[in-house]
Amino acid sequence: MKLSTVPGQRPGDQEAPSAAQVPAATRRRGRRPRRQQLITIALFLTPALVLFLLLVIAPILLAGYTSMYKWNGFNLPENFVGLDNFTRAFQDPTFLGDLWHTLVLITLSLVIQLPVSLALAMLLNQKLKGRGIYRVIFFAPYVLSEVTTAVLFTLVLSPNRGLGQQIAGWLGIEALDGAVFADPDTVLYALFFVISWKYFGFHMILYLAGRQGIPQELTEAATTDGAGPWQVFRHVTLPLLGPTIRISVFLSVIGSIQLFDMVWVLTGGGPIHASETMAVTMFDRGFRRFEVGYASAISIIMFLISLVFALFYQRYVLRRDTEGALTTLGDQR
Amino acid sequence: MTRPVPAPVRARRTLLHLISIVIGSLIVVPVGFGVLGGFKDNGQLSTNPLGWPDPWHPENYTGILADSVFWRQLANSTIIALATVAVVVAASAMAAFVFARFAFRGRELLFTLFAIGLMFPFAVAILPLFILLRSMELLDNPLGVILPQAAFGLPTTIIILRQFFRTIPAEVEEAATLDGCTPFGFFWRVLLPMARPALATVSVLAIVASWNNFFLPLVVFTDQTWWTLPVGVQAFQGQYADDTARVLAYVVLSMIPALGFYAIAERQLIGGLAGSVKG
Repeated sequence: MKLSTVPGQRPGDQEAPSAAQVPAATRRRGRRPRRQQLITIALFLTPALVLFLLLVIAPILLAGYTSMYKWNGFNLPENFVGLDNFTRAFQDPTFLGDLWHTLVLITLSLVIQLPVSLALAMLLNQKLKGRGIYRVIFFAPYVLSEVTTAVLFTLVLSPNRGLGQQIAGWLGIEALDGAVFADPDTVLYALFFVISWKYFGFHMILYLAGRQGIPQELTEAATTDGAGPWQVFRHVTLPLLGPTIRISVFLSVIGSIQLFDMVWVLTGGGPIHASETMAVTMFDRGFRRFEVGYASAISIIMFLISLVFALFYQRYVLRRDTEGALTTLGDQR
Repeated sequence: MTRPVPAPVRARRTLLHLISIVIGSLIVVPVGFGVLGGFKDNGQLSTNPLGWPDPWHPENYTGILADSVFWRQLANSTIIALATVAVVVAASAMAAFVFARFAFRGRELLFTLFAIGLMFPFAVAILPLFILLRSMELLDNPLGVILPQAAFGLPTTIIILRQFFRTIPAEVEEAATLDGCTPFGFFWRVLLPMARPALATVSVLAIVASWNNFFLPLVVFTDQTWWTLPVGVQAFQGQYADDTARVLAYVVLSMIPALGFYAIAERQLIGGLAGSVKG
């Protein structure tokens, strides 16, 4: 099962190219002067390659370099400290807290946000009047910026003039009554709620697209064989949605590791670092306190965590079902 | 489908509608609270957060709209988004063309290099990027936001476009070549026009990403004249922290362009996201 909603793309095309394209390309190569072809390749690749090397790869290498210095970000880094910044990070309660918060947010996403998104996708896949409208509404928060969303919810859930406390009052829910973002015990959950509010529609759309890529004959055949709706879902739909789910999990985890905008605007990482993430700590140290070397080390740790996760995930979870998606290592096989 | 609907099916449908409406109102109510709240004064917000404004106070909205700050931020966001799209789509289309239709040594390695970029958005690179932009004197310069945004947009855009370019049959290119088309001529006059739907998709994705970007403009623009809407909204909240109604009005006004764009480009956006997952 593949998601093939890039407009104009025919189903079944996706796997073919690497095999079908090569002979055609080789044929062309024979006809076209080799030199001219190389010039074309070089000219066409240059803009993208320059941009990418200069503004994506170089910064990451630069961070690797400055992470080994004690440096305030001005003049040239001179005070080489080796791996001290890294050992410092793993003794820094704030940074260890960041790791814990990331883990909590990832767990909540996997256990609550994604299953809810999946359930809603299945719901909107039913014949239901007005499901088009529901879909449009559910997805709408995705187009709002994290900042807008965060400011809106700061006010919606504010203990004074807010909406949350009013509704909570009616429903008699004490937990929502106070300032959810000011209480270290609730702030992470409130943050998770706002993140889910913005992103569940995104995951839902992915699942919906995946679900619509499953041939109807398969579910119909299962029904004919006497399977109930739950059995069809469990034994036909869910396995065939595997690739979509695995990618949605991947995006969700990577997103949690990088989380910044939402936290910065909603809580600034507080109260007392209770909602701080790695990116927030990095920003605070690097841009506020000018501990650029230490902040670089945090960037590098974020990078390594993402990289290790991505490689691990690619190797053990995605295996072949992301050919051409996350990396095209698959094309070489 | 023309059969009369049996009672259990009807009950189930009602339940599905009920669930959808509850979830839908979780989205609509906060936004509606913002829209109506902008029309209230702070006294009304305290005593009557949910109901209709009574009386209506349009001053919050009209005040913001009469001030050039909002419009300037809107213009900045627009200029930066359009420029980002132009750069990222042009560079990606050229690269994707090469990746899709030429066989050469190191092609997959290069492509993988770009694809890896997918995993590392701004947060990881922002600090060294800032240092780099500072040394290139691109701080407080729109290019300091446009170029990095374009660079970080390359992976998704190249992946989607390459996928699309591959679906165009080799015969089309052969025919064009026989008719005397150079590779550039084929790219410009045949491939790009054929790829219009895919180009629309990647453009829409790039616009939304640029429009919502906060981290980069936050660190690049210390000068207010270049602030984009997200930076502006956050600053406005800081400035008028006690004036909830006015902040709500600002938030709502800043949502309108995004929601308007969503209304126009919903199809490309949703299709593009689903497609980009497969790539």
